[in-house]
Amino acid sequence: MNILTGNDLATGDVIWWTGEGWSIHVNDAVDVGDKGAEIAQAESAARRVNEAYVIEGEKDNEGNVRPAHIKERIRALGPTVRLDLSLKPADPNAGNWVI
Amino acid sequence: MYQYDTYDQAMVDARVAEFRDQTQRRLDGQLSEAQFRPLRLMNGLYLQLHAYMLRVAVPYGTLSSKQMHMLAHIARQYDRDYGHFTTRQNIQYNWIKLADAPDILADLASVEMHAIQTSGNCIRNISSDQFAGVSADEIADPRPLAELLRQWSSFHPEFTYLPRKFKIAVIASQEDRAAMRLHDIGIELVKKDGEIGARVFVGGGMGRTPMVAPEIRAFVPFAEVVSYLEACLRVYNRHGRRDNKYKARIKILVHEMGREEYTRQVEEEFAHMKTLGLDPPLAELERIAAHFAPPPYETGLSDEIDLSDRDFAAWVSTQVKPHKVPGYAIVNISLKPIGGIPGDASSAQMDLMADLAEKYSFDELRVTHAQNIVLAHVKKADLYALWKALEEADLGTANLDLISDIIACPGLDYCSLANARSIPVAQKIAERFSDLGRQKELGELKLKISGCINACGHHHAGNIGILGVDRKGVENYQLLLGGSGAEDVSLGQITGPGFDENGIVDAVEKATNVYLANRTEGERFVDTFRRIGMAPFKEALYA
Ligand code: HEM
Ligand code: SF4
Repeated sequence: MNILTGNDLATGDVIWWTGEGWSIHVNDAVDVGDKGAEIAQAESAARRVNEAYVIEGEKDNEGNVRPAHIKERIRALGPTVRLDLSLKPADPNAGNWVI
Repeated sequence: MYQYDTYDQAMVDARVAEFRDQTQRRLDGQLSEAQFRPLRLMNGLYLQLHAYMLRVAVPYGTLSSKQMHMLAHIARQYDRDYGHFTTRQNIQYNWIKLADAPDILADLASVEMHAIQTSGNCIRNISSDQFAGVSADEIADPRPLAELLRQWSSFHPEFTYLPRKFKIAVIASQEDRAAMRLHDIGIELVKKDGEIGARVFVGGGMGRTPMVAPEIRAFVPFAEVVSYLEACLRVYNRHGRRDNKYKARIKILVHEMGREEYTRQVEEEFAHMKTLGLDPPLAELERIAAHFAPPPYETGLSDEIDLSDRDFAAWVSTQVKPHKVPGYAIVNISLKPIGGIPGDASSAQMDLMADLAEKYSFDELRVTHAQNIVLAHVKKADLYALWKALEEADLGTANLDLISDIIACPGLDYCSLANARSIPVAQKIAERFSDLGRQKELGELKLKISGCINACGHHHAGNIGILGVDRKGVENYQLLLGGSGAEDVSLGQITGPGFDENGIVDAVEKATNVYLANRTEGERFVDTFRRIGMAPFKEALYA
C-alpha cells in the first residue's frame, strides 16, 4: 500500500494522511493508491502539511499499518534509544516494532 | 572570552528580526517551502527525521557559564529537555517547533550566540583545540586567530555560495586534538625565527571520499593569514565543481588539480590579495587577542592531590590533564556514561556544568570534537569537590580516550540521511566493555561510529571505525581499523564484509583480542595495527 506522510508545518510533527486529515499515528494512515502526489500538493498549498511524500506501507499480522522501510518506521515511532520520547513511551517493547 | 562589539551584536540582532519576519511569512503562506528552505537552513534550522532540528554554533567550542545556562534553558523551554553536542563542537536540538525558532534565536542572541552558517555551502563554525590557552605544549593561543576567522567568514559575501560546505580548524600544538588535517583547511600555528605564523593544510575531509589534507605552505606570517585563506577560497570558488555534489568539496579539487597546481594558483592569488590591503590592522588583532588574556590565576598553589579515594583517583587518572599553570588542572567531563547516548546532555546537566564552571573554572567551558566537555582551569585543590558534584549527575565517568569514549553521530534514530542506527551500537559496545579495569587494560582506543557514508561520526579517523550501511532494508555495519584523527593522522581500512548489530559488537571484541595478543610494551591499539597490519585481524574476524 502507498501511504502519505509529511511534517506539520508549525510543529514539525511527523504526520500521516488518514483520508480526511492528518494524524500523528501511522496506524491511521490509509492507502492513497496513485493519488498521493495530488493530495500532497493540495494539502501543502493549504499549509496543512510540509514536505509531504509517499512511501510504501504494509500491514502487520494484526492488520496495523506500518511503513515498509526501517527508516520510516523509526520516523513513525520516535528514536529507539529514547522510547520515553516516542509515541509508545509506556511500551518497553516498542523498539521491536521497528526492527 | 571574546565579547561581541556593537557590530557583532547588531548583525546578529538584525538576523533574528529578519528570520522572525521570514518565519511569519512562511506560516502565513506568503512563502512556499521551496522559498523558505534556504532561508531556514541559513539559520541552522533543518527538517530532520522527527521534527525540525536546530544546530547552534559554539565558536571554536568555547562557552561561558551564562551561555551554557542559555543552552539548558532552550532545551527545557523549547525542546525535550536535552541537547546533543556534536563532533564540530556545536549543539543540536532535535524537537524544535518552527513557530518557536525566532524566539530561540532571540534568546541565543541575548547571550552572543547564533545558528548562522551552521548549514549551507558557506564557511562553518571554526573549530579548535579544547585545551587552547592552557596546554603546556602550545606555541600560542589559537583562539584569537579562530575568532578573527569567525569575523572574517561571517556573512562573507564572496563565500556565501561556495561549491560546497567549508570547514576550518585552527590548532597551535603538535598534539592535534581537533582532527585538523581532516578539515577543508587546517591551520597549525608555528614559530619561525621567533615569529608566529600559520602552517596551512588544504583539502582534507571525511564523507564518502576521505582525504588527509596535504600541506600547501609551511609558513604564512600571522598578519597575512586572512589574505592567504582568501586566496585559498578564491581558487576553490573559481574551480570547485558545482556540477556534482559528491565532487564539490575542496578536497576533490586539490586532488584532481594536484597539490602543486592548486598551490601555484593560490600563491598567484595571494600575491594579488596582498596588494588590496585586506588584512586587518595589528590593532584589531590586538583587540581580539586581549579578550583571550589568561584569567587571574592564583599563585603559590600546591600541586598535591589527595588520591586516597580510589574512585576519585581513577577519575583523575583518565579525566584530568596537566595545565600550564602550577596548581591548576584541565578537567574533561565525559558525556559518555556506559549505556548512555554519546554527546547528549540534559538541561539539568548543562546547568550543573555551567554552575561548576562558574564556581571552579573562571566561568568558562569548552566542547570537544569527541563530544565531551572541558573545564579548562580548575584548581587541583578543588578537584575532589568537583568530581563529587559530577558523580551525582552521572557526569563522572572515567573513560576519556578509552574504548567506551565513543564518538557516534545521531544515526538512524534522528537523522534522515542515515542508513543505520549508530547510538544502539555505541551503547552495546560500551556495555560489553563496561568494566573500567578492562578498558584501561586496552588503553587508548578511539572508536567512532557513523550511520552513513557522510561520516559525521568520524569513522574514517577511528582506531576502530564503524560505518552503518543499508543492506536490503536491514542495518549492517562495516568495520574499519587503523584510522587516527590526531597528529599521527591516518584513514582506517575496511576489514571486509559487514556485520549485523550484535555481530559488530563481537567483531570489535575480536579486534581488541588480536591487539592484546600481539601488542608489545607501550603499544597502543593503533600502533599494533600499524606494525602487524590487517591480516591477523582479518583472520580473527572471518575465520
Ligand atoms: C542530523 C543532521 C545532519 C545532517 C543532515 C548532516 C549532513 C552531513 C553531510 C551531507 C555530510 C557530508 C558532506 C560532504 O561530504 O560533502 C556531513 C559531514 C559531516 N558532518 Fe554532518 N550531518 C548531520 C549531523 C551531524 C552531527 C550530529 C555531527 C557531529 C556529531 C556532524 C558532523 C559532521 C562532520 C564532522 C562531517 C564530516 C566532515 C566533513 O565534512 O568532511 N553532522 N554531514
Ligand atoms: S553520518 Fe550520516 S547518519 Fe550520521 S549524522 Fe551524518 S548524515 Fe546522519
